[in-house]
Amino acid sequence: MSMNRALSTNSAIGESCSVEILESISYEDAVVLQESYVRLLIEGNGSERLLLLQHPPVITLGRGFHEQNLLYSKEWLQQHGISIHDSTRGGDVTYHGPGQVVGYPIIDLSRQPDLHLYLRNLEELMIRCVGDFGLNATRKQGLTGIWVGDEKLGAIGVRVVRWVTSHGFALNVNPDLKSFEYIVPCGIKHHGVTSLQQLLGREVPLAEVHESLIKHFEIIFKRKCVSAD
Amino acid sequence: MIKVIVPQIGQSIAEATIVKWFKKPGESIEKGETLLEIGTDKVNTEIPAPESGIIAELLAKEDDVVPVGAEIAVIRSAGEAQEPASVARASLPAVGGHGGPPHDSAPQTPAAERSIADTMRYSPVVRKLAQEHNMDLGAIRGTGEGGRVTREDLMKIVESLHSDIGATPAKEASVRRVPMSRVRKLIAEHMALSRRTAADVTTFFEIDMTGVVAQREKAREPYEKQHKIKLTYLPFIIDAVVKGLRAFPVLNSSVEQDEIVYKDDIHIGIAVAVEEGLVVPVIRNADRKNILELARAAQDLSNRARNKRLTVEDLENGTFTITNPGVFGALMGTPIIHQPQVAILGVGAVVKRPVVVQDAIVIRSMAYFSLSYDHRALDGSTADGFLAHVKRTLEEECATAE
Repeated sequence: MSMNRALSTNSAIGESCSVEILESISYEDAVVLQESYVRLLIEGNGSERLLLLQHPPVITLGRGFHEQNLLYSKEWLQQHGISIHDSTRGGDVTYHGPGQVVGYPIIDLSRQPDLHLYLRNLEELMIRCVGDFGLNATRKQGLTGIWVGDEKLGAIGVRVVRWVTSHGFALNVNPDLKSFEYIVPCGIKHHGVTSLQQLLGREVPLAEVHESLIKHFEIIFKRKCVSAD
Repeated sequence: MIKVIVPQIGQSIAEATIVKWFKKPGESIEKGETLLEIGTDKVNTEIPAPESGIIAELLAKEDDVVPVGAEIAVIRSAGEAQEPASVARASLPAVGGHGGPPHDSAPQTPAAERSIADTMRYSPVVRKLAQEHNMDLGAIRGTGEGGRVTREDLMKIVESLHSDIGATPAKEASVRRVPMSRVRKLIAEHMALSRRTAADVTTFFEIDMTGVVAQREKAREPYEKQHKIKLTYLPFIIDAVVKGLRAFPVLNSSVEQDEIVYKDDIHIGIAVAVEEGLVVPVIRNADRKNILELARAAQDLSNRARNKRLTVEDLENGTFTITNPGVFGALMGTPIIHQPQVAILGVGAVVKRPVVVQDAIVIRSMAYFSLSYDHRALDGSTADGFLAHVKRTLEEECATAE
């Protein structure tokens, strides 16, 4: 039996997944890019992808968005340089900005068609990644994402079409944590969100985070990551 | 007829929320075309149509939570006539003809009839309810279209079961746990912090608002017409409070360790109830504003509070707060001090009451004002001196002002 397991793991890791690292891409452009990759994969003409990127400051409203979780009017936010987008991912409102590593895996789950398993795997990916930096992040029952104590370190919001995934996760590496106050009230202390930088007391090079994410992605999702070019 | 069911989308997933229907009944759909989107936790996924045809029926609404395996739509394939549906309807009287309370008839329902009932379509919500309450759907006469059993039918039965029998077994205490929203949590912390910090006391005055009421009545129309401002009592009260704070500056201070920090600027916070809780936007330099400017500032802030257009700056650096439980009909309240301030004024409802003036009983517009103050910073004589000052301003200045 152990032999079988080993074999199946080996054969699975042969699946290759192209990794694309984009320094900064607007939320809209990233949506268009993902949609084209999803379409290609559904049509059988594309490969699986792992996009790792940063977004300029943006607030996105998922399909589960509740108006009261946005603390400022859209006009006010736009005046302050933060764009707002409706998003087709699951979940509520979230903020993305520089210093946050956003990961969008475009992969086919049809051989393991379990949406919650996929969420747990994304959590596992982030937990192992921050583990490489000496942090012990955990899951919280019923609150998808990864946490250190009561503070959220990584968020998840996913869309799946024909078992092909898009959107994904956002890990707070060195973001400006003040920006999260746009989605929490009154600008009073933010103890809901944290970052690697805040927890470690130093800025963490994004390249190191990318490297760690790719390494664990290969193991958890049993795919061989190759550079896309 | 092709049934569309909620697919198995994960081992641990028992139900999903209908996020969006992409088709309406009567519309045609191609096999593989997206029919709906469902969501669970942080994942949304699209469900394609299993076959081409016409949408005959959608059995669940957007935002409904439906169990995996539940039938949520019916597609009539292109060539199919309406027969099967009419067959199902034709069999209805045989199923639903029992009448009478269902707990009587349920055990008597012949198996053959029930099997026909099984072929009827029930919405997922109805099926879930029936399962929860252990009811046999086949034994229930529905009031829905074509005799279908609706959610309301079931709820009626559940209620009648409880009231009829009376002696339903004692249920485990039913509770609902809802995590606090962020705003709720912040309010909770802020309020509890205040109670832990201040030695708060509340004192009450009764104030004759008849003069203010008259002033406001007189100014109401010109304000509305010329300035588009809905004049309330609040600007008059703020004005009186500002004068009181000038006379009793310790009310406009903070306590920091062993020091009392007196503030030269007077920034008045106004508590505004909003959908998700309470915010306290601040009228800056209220002492440099006249009634019109105060009215304009108060209206602007409360509008923006309700439309969520307040900025962080709008909420900062208040030196004294006014709250107005009177708008909800409260006669008086014991407000909690908005830290780090040392006092808060609560304004009760303005109500006409019989009062004694020069030994005659007359009708006056009265209101109870309450002042909660931090006994660490000031004592009752000062607090009551301040309130008396506010009272005098409201009763005398407004009564004499022309």
